[in-house]
Amino acid sequence: MFKKILSLVLVAAMIATLCAVFASCDTGSDELKGLSESPLPTPAVSSSVEIPDDFKIGFICLHDENSTYDNNFLKAVTAVKTALGLTDAQVIVKTNIDESNACYVAAKDLASQGCKIVFANSFGHEPFMLQAAAEFPEVEFCHATGTMAHTAGLDNFHNAFASIYQGRYLAGIAAGLKLNEMIEAGKITADQAVMGYVGAFTYAEVMSGFTSFYLGAKSVCPSVTMKVQYTGSWYDEALEQEAANALLAAGCVLISQHADSMGAPSACEVKGVPNVSYNGSTYDACPETFIVSSAINWAPYYTYIIESVINGTEIAADWCGGIKEGSVVLSGINLDVAAEGTVKAIEDAIAGFKAGTLQVFDVTKDNYITVNGEKLTSYMADVDTDDAFTPDTEAIKDGYFNESGDRSAPYFDILIDGIENLNTKY
Amino acid sequence: MSENIDRVNETEAAAQDVKHDGHKDKKKREPLFHITKRGQLPLIQAIGIRAAAIVLALIVGGIVSVFVTGKNPFDIYASIFDGAFGNGDRAWVTLQEIAVLLGISLAVTPAFRMRFWNTGAEGQVLIGCLATAACMFWVGGSVPEWLLIVIMLGASIIAGILWGVLPAFFKAFWGTNETLFTLMMNYVAIQLVESFLKIADKSGSNTVGPTILVHGWVPNLFGVQYLLNIVIVAALCVLMYIYLKKTKQGYEISVVGESENTARYVGINVKKVIIRTMAISGAICGLIGFLLVGATSHSIDADLVSGRGFTAIMVSWLAKFNPVIMVFTSFLLVFLDLGAGEMSSALGLNKSYGEILTGIILFFIIGCEFFVQYKINVNKNHKLFAKKGEKEVLE
Repeated sequence: MFKKILSLVLVAAMIATLCAVFASCDTGSDELKGLSESPLPTPAVSSSVEIPDDFKIGFICLHDENSTYDNNFLKAVTAVKTALGLTDAQVIVKTNIDESNACYVAAKDLASQGCKIVFANSFGHEPFMLQAAAEFPEVEFCHATGTMAHTAGLDNFHNAFASIYQGRYLAGIAAGLKLNEMIEAGKITADQAVMGYVGAFTYAEVMSGFTSFYLGAKSVCPSVTMKVQYTGSWYDEALEQEAANALLAAGCVLISQHADSMGAPSACEVKGVPNVSYNGSTYDACPETFIVSSAINWAPYYTYIIESVINGTEIAADWCGGIKEGSVVLSGINLDVAAEGTVKAIEDAIAGFKAGTLQVFDVTKDNYITVNGEKLTSYMADVDTDDAFTPDTEAIKDGYFNESGDRSAPYFDILIDGIENLNTKY
Repeated sequence: MSENIDRVNETEAAAQDVKHDGHKDKKKREPLFHITKRGQLPLIQAIGIRAAAIVLALIVGGIVSVFVTGKNPFDIYASIFDGAFGNGDRAWVTLQEIAVLLGISLAVTPAFRMRFWNTGAEGQVLIGCLATAACMFWVGGSVPEWLLIVIMLGASIIAGILWGVLPAFFKAFWGTNETLFTLMMNYVAIQLVESFLKIADKSGSNTVGPTILVHGWVPNLFGVQYLLNIVIVAALCVLMYIYLKKTKQGYEISVVGESENTARYVGINVKKVIIRTMAISGAICGLIGFLLVGATSHSIDADLVSGRGFTAIMVSWLAKFNPVIMVFTSFLLVFLDLGAGEMSSALGLNKSYGEILTGIILFFIIGCEFFVQYKINVNKNHKLFAKKGEKEVLE
């Protein structure tokens, strides 16, 4: 009997403490300002095209909605499906398709189910999509992030990307202003304005991304430098967290990343270090450190290919959507973390992009893009894919590096002054 | 045999009764049922038990589906079937997948009959894949295609044998643990493939695909994709059956498996049998690797075998190491896997749900083997079955 009473008392005590803990949580958060309106929101999908009953489109995704990268594609699928009034039977989604023969089998299966368009979302899907495209000349095969369409010689194989470097640049402005705020508050000196970047691999897509992010920051904070740590994997939460912690140990005061897990953002939230995210807002998980996130919105491309197929017009071999098309979007800005004036500065830069007066890779500006202290005047990029990575195309035109101009996938792969690779094995 | 055990159990029960009589104040305890091993079950009955298990699995799976997804279970099962056999192409893919899984299962079987627990089929196949891909990459273009295919075949089989014999050699001469040794060899193979990917494709994709491995594509048989694999594995299945059941070497394997001492006593060279059998296992694995890369995918990545080296263990065990029954067990696993994958896509469910459903079905199918092997004898004297009047007396 005594035992029973004792346990009852203990249970009551535990419940009381729990209530107290939850109550204190509730009262602590009412001062937060939260997210601003997005300066570059995802536009609503609109199309006047009439969808025939026999139209079908198939999507191949590397992972499922648990990956931020794939979720970004799947969100756009849902948006387009709803806006264009496609039925469940007209949109077939295959998730968790490896970058292997599985992709070829899946693409063939979608084609024989009657899909007029087959879309795949991962870089490694490309050779298998090409293989399927050669077997089904009447079906359009569209591939995101790939590099081979303009040289493959197949009319029904297409690559797509977005000028996400513009989005990265805008996010970089937010980072630079945050550094300025830290310098003004005396938390760091101007020389200590070091950003950290968690990258997946040393590819052009990653390098183009972090360079434009860095340039965005540099446009407002001239003393900024950046350290890059690679993980060698697109999705590895533990490695990304480890890389972020290594960067923090190396003296970085702000982190951004180009890898698909929550590793880096959550490492920042634990340490209370500001974070600029990618592929979508991580505000919900990291409300005290998230500043802003850029992302590619795939809905405009989906709409474009669907309209092209139904209207019988040709799909471009390479398609690169920008701010104008609504392919580059930003999340809302976290007003609790971002420096004052961030929204205004980003809006000004967007206006510059829209007017064509602002170029991210402007090689004529002083103290902006230099390699070994020299300004760039010429650079031969590897645009046409080959095994030896032969540089084949002059990329600098009219005073700027013409990123994504000759091929949709990024090809800016120059390590500029101010950025340091901590490891390069990937 | 089973009657004897029954009798023993009965005497035990009786002995317990006597014991309990000694403590009249305690309640009298008698087991509700006891379990006895069956002898050879008539074929009809054995099939009946398995059929009942499948029906039960479908019912339970259906009920779970309704509660979890709210979809019509008949739609779910129809789309699983459709996923595996929906149209001509899918049926060929299914047959091809069965061929690969069955091939690997045939490879591990002789070692298993010898009680040599080869958990390294994954690596043995993968190293065969790597040898094939390496030949396509480096030798391709400098020799005629037919010769290249011969070189690929030879290289993959040698690589497979090397991966199989190495652990066997250590086991035979120094008694190392083959389970761990073969398992570790998998990781060596995976790392070698990773290195090859870095060398062969610098663009940074995780796979070396058909745009790079352009030479040495094994021609289609009668213009039908995958038919060659299916024919080769079918032939292999028959040969393996004959080898295990009808040849001296097959018999030696069984004797070594039953007891190494007996084998030694009757003059079998145990070391030789172990090494020879693993060489055969490795060679078949290498051959499957050749078919996977040279004839099917024309690409390689570290996950090309995708766990089938381990699934093959289940296929082989479920079939009790009988190559002919393995055709059915590998069919079952491939059918469920492909069907469930397609079902989740067709009904807009997460792929994990297909795996849950597959898990439920496999649970019943593997579980029913217990009832094939053992009999449950319900004790009619138990008080649950006693009539009311008697119950009071008992208490």
